[in-house]
Amino acid sequence: MNSVNDRLRDIGEFVPAPDDDMLICRCEEITKGEIRKAVHEGMWTLTEIRRYLRTGMGLCQGQTCAKLVKGIVARELGVSPAELEPATSRAPMRPIEMRIFANEAKEGEKNE
Amino acid sequence: MKRYDLIVVGAGPSGLSAAIEAAKRGLKVVVFDENEKPGGQLFKQIHKFFGSKEHRAKVRGFVIGEQLLAEADEAGVQVVLNATVVGLYQDKEIVVRIGEEIRHYKGDAVIIATGAAENMVTFPGWTLPGVIGAGAAQTMMNLHGVRPGKKVLMLGSGNVGLVVSFQLMQCGCEVVALVDAAPRVGGYGVHAAKVARTGVPFYLSHTIVKAEGDECVTGVTIAEVDSSFQFIPGTEKHFDVDTICLAVGLSPMSQLLKMAGCEMEDNPKRGGQVPICDEYGRTSLPGVFVAGDVSGIEEASSAMIEGRMAGIAAAEYLGYIEKEELETELTSLEKALDGLRQGMFAPKNRGKAIEKTEEGIDISTSLLKNGYIADDEIERFPGVTHRVGIHPVMECTQNIPCNPCQDACPKGCISIGANITSLPIVVEGAECMNCGMCVASCSGQAIFLVDEDCGDGTATVTIPYEFLPLPEAGTKGSALGRNGKKVCEAEVVSVKSVKAFDKTNLLTMRVPKEFAMKARFFKEEAAI
Repeated sequence: MNSVNDRLRDIGEFVPAPDDDMLICRCEEITKGEIRKAVHEGMWTLTEIRRYLRTGMGLCQGQTCAKLVKGIVARELGVSPAELEPATSRAPMRPIEMRIFANEAKEGEKNE
Repeated sequence: MKRYDLIVVGAGPSGLSAAIEAAKRGLKVVVFDENEKPGGQLFKQIHKFFGSKEHRAKVRGFVIGEQLLAEADEAGVQVVLNATVVGLYQDKEIVVRIGEEIRHYKGDAVIIATGAAENMVTFPGWTLPGVIGAGAAQTMMNLHGVRPGKKVLMLGSGNVGLVVSFQLMQCGCEVVALVDAAPRVGGYGVHAAKVARTGVPFYLSHTIVKAEGDECVTGVTIAEVDSSFQFIPGTEKHFDVDTICLAVGLSPMSQLLKMAGCEMEDNPKRGGQVPICDEYGRTSLPGVFVAGDVSGIEEASSAMIEGRMAGIAAAEYLGYIEKEELETELTSLEKALDGLRQGMFAPKNRGKAIEKTEEGIDISTSLLKNGYIADDEIERFPGVTHRVGIHPVMECTQNIPCNPCQDACPKGCISIGANITSLPIVVEGAECMNCGMCVASCSGQAIFLVDEDCGDGTATVTIPYEFLPLPEAGTKGSALGRNGKKVCEAEVVSVKSVKAFDKTNLLTMRVPKEFAMKARFFKEEAAI
């Protein structure tokens, strides 16, 4: 088991920092402090952080903040960012309105 | 469900190149791109590219884009624009949003060439309007004709930061500072030098403390950092700016590959999450290939070669060509790619501090620290020589794969030799006839024509000049040194703009002869 998944490991208390109110995920308006706190509340993987806080689940789909969030979580856990499994990639890869996502083109177009 | 032999995702330099090679070999190819225009980043690149002839060196990026589109058209490649690929599933099924509909396609082979996205850094105020990516600045300027701001601070001294800083000045912005937390300039020295000599100060080992402003950026504070990137108190510097441009690297947009189940790795050397692939772009999934920045951040010239390789590999995978043909074609492309991956900035040298050139000459430390070569360093480089009459002075001091200058001179004054990364030398005995072709052909704007003694106490210096409006002959102003500081008075003798120069104008200025080897830029009087 690598150190990232070893939940018995003591990562210490949450220590407030002056830049905790800085926005990291702009789409969902999640701050650095919220992300750091979430780690101390037991969210040790990026998938957990994403489900807990919705980071990277807004309009840009993590294009801007994914790397930033990964860096913050890694620092809090005391591991290298490369050790953290990135969050799952799944369709739709790009933000898309549900009415379009559900609107399948009719088959029967010419199959040249 | 519509089927294609090959589906390419992304119509940038690598995607188009891949599609062209596959279509030429008889494959039915479609390329999907989410943008309204094809060409990816190429159409934002208004500078001349490096490399040799086979890499289309000294051609401007957007012209290469036009050539690629014409080639794709001729090969019968179908390019579908405004088509966003939202999923890549088992058996190479691709889901695309086109207009208001979702369509499904199946490719017998798939090439993912989705490129990369810009990285961001955080600092207090980073979400204020006015903090933009360097790529966004390029899109505004070069695609939409919009000036991003009036006074700009650039963070990042890699090639993107340097090239975009120059372009910002070309479109009329004032670049107040170029800042990088690293202790050394990350990009090509020639790109740094052409920015520095216009007067832009470089702040290495500095980064942004905060962006200021309530509604939008009105200023920025930077400070020096120590070797562990912590601010050193008391080193803060403030600038009034309306725009902060971030050029802090790129990350591969590889999510489609991960979704499809390709084996991935986190490789900081390649820019982040990348698919594990061989040198021809084959991933762990049979029939799924990658090309360009999505498989590791490099630049457009190598992306185009990688694309061609992946296109040919896909043709062989589907049985359109024999294995022998694959091997012959790939060997020659590999040679071309290898040519680009040489020199100090080669991927294999990333992160290494190189102290000497291949010729054994000490690298200019001032160039790495300040963005310009110091006056007491310049004489040691082989392109810098003295002779009677007009002669080229080549301030090319780092080994980069680039050689258009040696073919540019009709008199054979300049030689690089067989090794593309060698520094150019002045050939003994060859007579310069002042045609200016070398000045215009140097993608790094590092060649000057100098007549060190015109016989009347003056010297003439011809510089590459890519700013508008062009000064007229007789205009008086200042000659700036490599460091962008005024060295003496100067008068414009002539400004030449001919078609062969491809929009690099040649400005010749007259200066007192003692400044012949110092004056490297011209600024009109009023502008000082």
